[in-house]
Amino acid sequence: MKSSITEPAAEDQLPADGQPLPGKQPHPGKGSGKQDGNLTLLRLLLKDRFAAVSALVLIIIGLTAVIGPVLMGDLATKQNLLFANKAPFSLAYGWEYVLGSDSLGRSMLARLVVASRTTFSVALPAVAAALVIGSLWGVWAGYHRGWRENASMRIADVIMSFPSLLLAVVVLYVFSPSAGNIVLILALTRIPIYLRTARAESAELQSRTFVDAARTFGARPNAIIGRHVIPVVLPTLLTLATLEFCYVMLAESSLSFLGIGIQPPDVSWGLMVSQGRQYLQTAWWLSIFPGVAIVVTTIAANVLAAWLRIATDPAQRWRLALPRKRLIVRIPVKEAKP
Amino acid sequence: MLIYLRKRIVSSALPLVVVIVGVFALARMTGNPASLYLPLNASQQMRDDFTARNGLDQPLLVQMADYFGGVLRLDFGQSLRTGQDAAAMALRAFPATLQLAATTMVLAVLLALVVGCWAALKPNGVADRISSFVSMAAASIPDFWLAIVGIWVFAITLGWLPTSGVSGAGAWVLPIATLLLRPFGVLVQIVRGSMVSALSEPYIKLARSRGAGELRMVTHHALRNAAAPALTVAGDLTVGLVNGAVVVETIFGWPGIGKLMIDSILQRDFAVLQAAVLLTAVAIFALNILIDMGYALLDARVRPVTARA
Repeated sequence: MKSSITEPAAEDQLPADGQPLPGKQPHPGKGSGKQDGNLTLLRLLLKDRFAAVSALVLIIIGLTAVIGPVLMGDLATKQNLLFANKAPFSLAYGWEYVLGSDSLGRSMLARLVVASRTTFSVALPAVAAALVIGSLWGVWAGYHRGWRENASMRIADVIMSFPSLLLAVVVLYVFSPSAGNIVLILALTRIPIYLRTARAESAELQSRTFVDAARTFGARPNAIIGRHVIPVVLPTLLTLATLEFCYVMLAESSLSFLGIGIQPPDVSWGLMVSQGRQYLQTAWWLSIFPGVAIVVTTIAANVLAAWLRIATDPAQRWRLALPRKRLIVRIPVKEAKP
Repeated sequence: MLIYLRKRIVSSALPLVVVIVGVFALARMTGNPASLYLPLNASQQMRDDFTARNGLDQPLLVQMADYFGGVLRLDFGQSLRTGQDAAAMALRAFPATLQLAATTMVLAVLLALVVGCWAALKPNGVADRISSFVSMAAASIPDFWLAIVGIWVFAITLGWLPTSGVSGAGAWVLPIATLLLRPFGVLVQIVRGSMVSALSEPYIKLARSRGAGELRMVTHHALRNAAAPALTVAGDLTVGLVNGAVVVETIFGWPGIGKLMIDSILQRDFAVLQAAVLLTAVAIFALNILIDMGYALLDARVRPVTARA
């Protein structure tokens, strides 16, 4: 414990000078042992109550999305007009109606579970595709600089300067709205985010000594990018991807809500909010519960992303290792004189 | 200044050109409009007539020139739904969106300035925590859901506000509140961040040592320097506001450009969609230039640097 308090004090002074001492810079890419690092990360996660709960919530929702539909798939489509529009929080009609039922008497709980899979199966591939394409492209552009960088940035500008929902609207007009097309358009509109970040990081890294050294030894650009640049940029990009997961999920929900996303009989959380809208006066839970599901998932992912950003940054990680009280006292001291 | 402006116009025009060409390409990708506009049992003769009348039998380059000519004359053809001029429909819907967006942005900037400054005065204090909570919520709550919760609570349960429409001041409250959340949350964080660093600059120490009051120090010394980043972000957020406007206008039945777009998509009204998309793109183009000008006026350091780049 003692060492973790004295150590940050030394790191703390690095940014205070404005210029970090070159000798003291932790060697990127190598770190201090990878398996050790993962263990520390887990220990840090358990220490931060909010981040740990968020991770737990995300794991539970993720498991629900994977396993849930197998168990409750039939229930979600089973209509029972006797139990139509039952209010939630009552076990009188059996456990499956604990969250109420819709106008066809379908179990709200089962529909939410099935919708979670649709929502995730759009958001995750979209984020993954944008992450891989945007990152590789950005790292490549930043490493080579010159016209490749300029051209890439211009393309990113063009995509970014146009509202993404509008783009989705136009594309989904031409190609019919389907899960595959939604993934495609969401990935396309989010590529510039990773492209810009990866480019900035990689442009800075390519002038560092360890990249120079690799170049001197005759390593080819792609090998340098793969072995030396990407490992250093990856934590930042993964944090960004966590944050982007929220955005993409919200975007999919918006599209489904507007009627140009997931199409019935498939069901996603956004579509459920939309379908429940006309019953707002009589059955508020139809719209409110799927919305709550979206909000809980995004908040959890946001909190986790905020934590990841600190935890994967060697210069900031010490904040998480401190006892909570000290943390609160220390932050204003640091921010008052940057 | 003029050189700077010209550079900005050129770089902002690129997306605009891409949009115009993109809309043209999309128009071709939907296939021959004859199958869309004519009845299902139309004869081949009718189809050929239609194709010839609309110039679709001409070479692609001629079509493109015609299209650009039409764009310049704001001629997008007639709406399939109403038979009205598509450009006129888009132009008629535009002010409603503009009013909504402008009111929202002004409110968001003002509120964010106040709350952001307040939060920055005591980092990690009560105000700071509230503001960081709000920005977290703004990033997590889907706007369409917030709008529905708003309708449920304030219109249906309490009966204070109308559920939709544009009549009366009450109708403005929910749409604006819904649109406000995201820009406000982001801007508060930006203002707070730049105010925290501005307040630790030497000139603040100097002002303080010369006995300037806390309020005057914030408003006259720190805020002037902290405003530039907030303005840039506010510009990006206004572009993003179009996203929100589509959702909010659909829910609240606001007769703006967003609702027009969604309606024309759902009813395959191609000409109107084209006009609306292009009008929005032009508005964003103009907005970007205005923001860049404002930015350059506010911060003298930006001008030579950006002009050189």
